[in-house]
Amino acid sequence: MKFTEEHEWLRVEGDLVVVGITEHASEALGDVVFVELPEIETQVAKGDEICVIESVKAASDILAPVDGEIVEVNEAIVDNPGLVNEDPLGAAWFFKMKVEDMGQLDGFMSEDEYKDFIG
Amino acid sequence: MADLMRTGLYDLHLELGAKMVPFAGYEMPVQYPLGVLKEHLHTRAAAGLFDVSHMGQVILPIAAVAALEALVPVDIAGLALNRQRYAMFTNEAGGILDDLMVANRGDHLFVVVNAACKEADLAHLRAHVAGVTEVTDRALLALQGPAAEAALARLVPGVAAMRFMDVGTFGWQGADLWISRSGYTGEDGFEISVPDAVAVDFARALLDQPEVAPIGLGARDSLRLEAGLCLYGHDIDTTTTPVEAGLAWAIQKARRTGGAREGGFPGADRILRELAEGPARLRMGLRPEGRAPMREGVEIFARAEGGAPIGRVTSGGFGPSIEAPMAMAYLPADLTPGATVYGEVRGKRLPATIVAMPFQPTTYKR
Repeated sequence: MKFTEEHEWLRVEGDLVVVGITEHASEALGDVVFVELPEIETQVAKGDEICVIESVKAASDILAPVDGEIVEVNEAIVDNPGLVNEDPLGAAWFFKMKVEDMGQLDGFMSEDEYKDFIG
Repeated sequence: MADLMRTGLYDLHLELGAKMVPFAGYEMPVQYPLGVLKEHLHTRAAAGLFDVSHMGQVILPIAAVAALEALVPVDIAGLALNRQRYAMFTNEAGGILDDLMVANRGDHLFVVVNAACKEADLAHLRAHVAGVTEVTDRALLALQGPAAEAALARLVPGVAAMRFMDVGTFGWQGADLWISRSGYTGEDGFEISVPDAVAVDFARALLDQPEVAPIGLGARDSLRLEAGLCLYGHDIDTTTTPVEAGLAWAIQKARRTGGAREGGFPGADRILRELAEGPARLRMGLRPEGRAPMREGVEIFARAEGGAPIGRVTSGGFGPSIEAPMAMAYLPADLTPGATVYGEVRGKRLPATIVAMPFQPTTYKR
């Protein structure tokens, strides 16, 4: 698993990358009450704001971590946003991307590096 | 947070694992480890303890009744012994300077004002009322929820006999507690002014009761919003009148046109006119369709496309008990419950239905 400075995690599954938010991010957000996911078959570029996540406290965006195509989204977190707090690294994945150039993931942090990053 | 003040319960908040944030010049607990959502639900299911010591506590001599009446559109002279009323300081334009609680405690009036307005309120009072004393040696706690009565009565026998908006003095371990049966959650509950010397011990004694959990400012906000209660600086301010704010119920007959002490408060011309003719706009409740919250600042439109905004959300968020988003907005007064309007969220106009407030039924013990 790789981690971004925007507190997302990325897991490679074949030619797909599964993306979610970290436990640290879900704790900082507080209880999640609303999630809006991108349309599937959307081409996204790194840094695009593609998801909205709202907690009891505030709204935040989730950015596309790399260039690629959205091929699957997790409707379970739309129906039950609380899943993002309960299981952020597992059942509460956000979307899967088809990524041509997996080299884009090279610069991201390992788990240990991310732990240092959040201090 | 070097320049922020702390309440007497600061160390207890840290011990309880609170996340502290700056609020109205104080370092206050926004949430405890339970989290905003569960704290909210706990308060509605059992009892929540809130530290509201940042609020201003003020004593006025009972002789100040007439002088205070000259500042608020509320019947203070008719306030019975050991009863409390909601009031607001108004300005000459009919706007609201702050909202407050006034209790008749026999030889004095006890007034509780918002933390953020405390200094301005004290200056305003001192300019118009003789004998104003700020209470600086007492904490203020709120115990709210269906189990509040049972939990408090174990420590303070006698509170169970109080009704909504009653006030009284009770003893606890030799200290005088000034208790009112009121609050800011829509639930039955109490607000308790307790001497600093025993405040932490008293808070611990309440927290030792099985029904009671500490609740932070985050849940306090979602609880009051579900109850349809105004937050000063957001839902009411100097640009809104009490009538526009839907607070006409707080203006008793004695201060209205034809009443025994008609008018005689700042902004009476406008406020009495709005009572007679109806205001142009009114604070209304909104229930957005779907789950996306409409937060403060969201502009409201009459139609899904085109046109100028007809209002703006003053408070909005997700209601954990109603399990849906909710908002308040000032909208043209001719709109009625059931009408659909549109809130612009992230560039999209989303439908919302105008509803009567509160969003969550209140459970005051009347």
